Amino acid sequence: MSEERKHRVSRRQFLTYTLTGVGGFMAAGMLSPMVRMALDPALEDTDDSDFISIGLSEDDVTEEPQLVNFDVEIEDGWYTSEQTQSAYVFRQDGEILALSPICTHLGCTVGWEGNQDYPDQFYCPCHHGRFEPDGTNIQGTPPTRPLDVYEVEVRDGMVHLGNIRERG
Amino acid sequence: MLQKIYDWLDTRLDITPMWRDIADHEVPEHVNPAHHFSAFVYCFGGLTFFVVVIQILSGMFLTMYYVPDIVHAYESVYYLQNEVTHGMIVRGMHHWGASLVIVMMFLHTLRVFFTGSYKKPRELNWVVGVLLFFVVLGLGFTGYLLPWDMKAYFATVVGLEIAESAPIIGGFASTLLAGGEIIGAQTLARFFAIHVFFLPGALLGLLGAHFYMIRKQGISGPL
Repeated sequence: MSEERKHRVSRRQFLTYTLTGVGGFMAAGMLSPMVRMALDPALEDTDDSDFISIGLSEDDVTEEPQLVNFDVEIEDGWYTSEQTQSAYVFRQDGEILALSPICTHLGCTVGWEGNQDYPDQFYCPCHHGRFEPDGTNIQGTPPTRPLDVYEVEVRDGMVHLGNIRERG
Repeated sequence: MLQKIYDWLDTRLDITPMWRDIADHEVPEHVNPAHHFSAFVYCFGGLTFFVVVIQILSGMFLTMYYVPDIVHAYESVYYLQNEVTHGMIVRGMHHWGASLVIVMMFLHTLRVFFTGSYKKPRELNWVVGVLLFFVVLGLGFTGYLLPWDMKAYFATVVGLEIAESAPIIGGFASTLLAGGEIIGAQTLARFFAIHVFFLPGALLGLLGAHFYMIRKQGISGPL
């Protein structure tokens, strides 16, 4: 019995390999477009949304946070809709800051000076989460990171908001 | 590795006898294209099944994007066809496969007919085959409406007119199929339900019976 003989492939083995190979190739050819199609939402690039005007003049932005509502066009597959979003817009050290009012704890809506006991703070009524005026979460309250910020741009004197961004 | 996994399962579930029963049987010489090339006509049944499997798989994936609602059906089909990566391919498979099932099934029927394979003891399997034929035609008819474009809509208008022309039960059948007097919201929901639940269920049941009978009765002898 030579070494060579050991490695000889029997007819049955050869058929098993080729049939499995061809079958696997066909199955892959059939399934790969389907699987790619199903995975599409997860593999799609998140497109950067355009900056949109919130109808607020640069001159009207004060040190005091003011709640501004604005409509955003939401594209959801084949369905396009308008959604009202809001932001607290104010000046800090001359820079315009736009904070999302969504609490970073569990997604309730925070209010500026929403509780009389905590003036000059954002307050979340759900679990008493609190944030500093610049959006930083206050230690000892449930939220674990600062309020999200919108990208801000001033065009022709009007405040425009872009993507929402996490901090911390 | 695979052998080990198989052995592990086999010692616990004893699957080898089942496997033998389903797959390990001889293919008679007269149906083996390796012996007589003309025996490829015996492949049509298996090919029909293969295309049916493609139809079921591609259909399952299509329902991830499709909605059976008159306001959004067309938009959702347009979206999956033009915006979703490979959506065009998967919908193409389902679209062309639908015709191919009917073509293959017809060729299979011709083979069974001309080899006389429907004769005793296989009459029942012929009957099941004819039922399968109707189920597949039903799948084609109900699926045609789902894109909810002009062609789909008016094809269904014509189809339901044909149903209505049947004596006595025509009006009833047409109203039942359309889900009302109007071909609209209810028709689409109904056709969708029939297309993805009722008929595929019937199809799988009948296919089970069809294959069981082949194993039980064997392949018919040579001409």
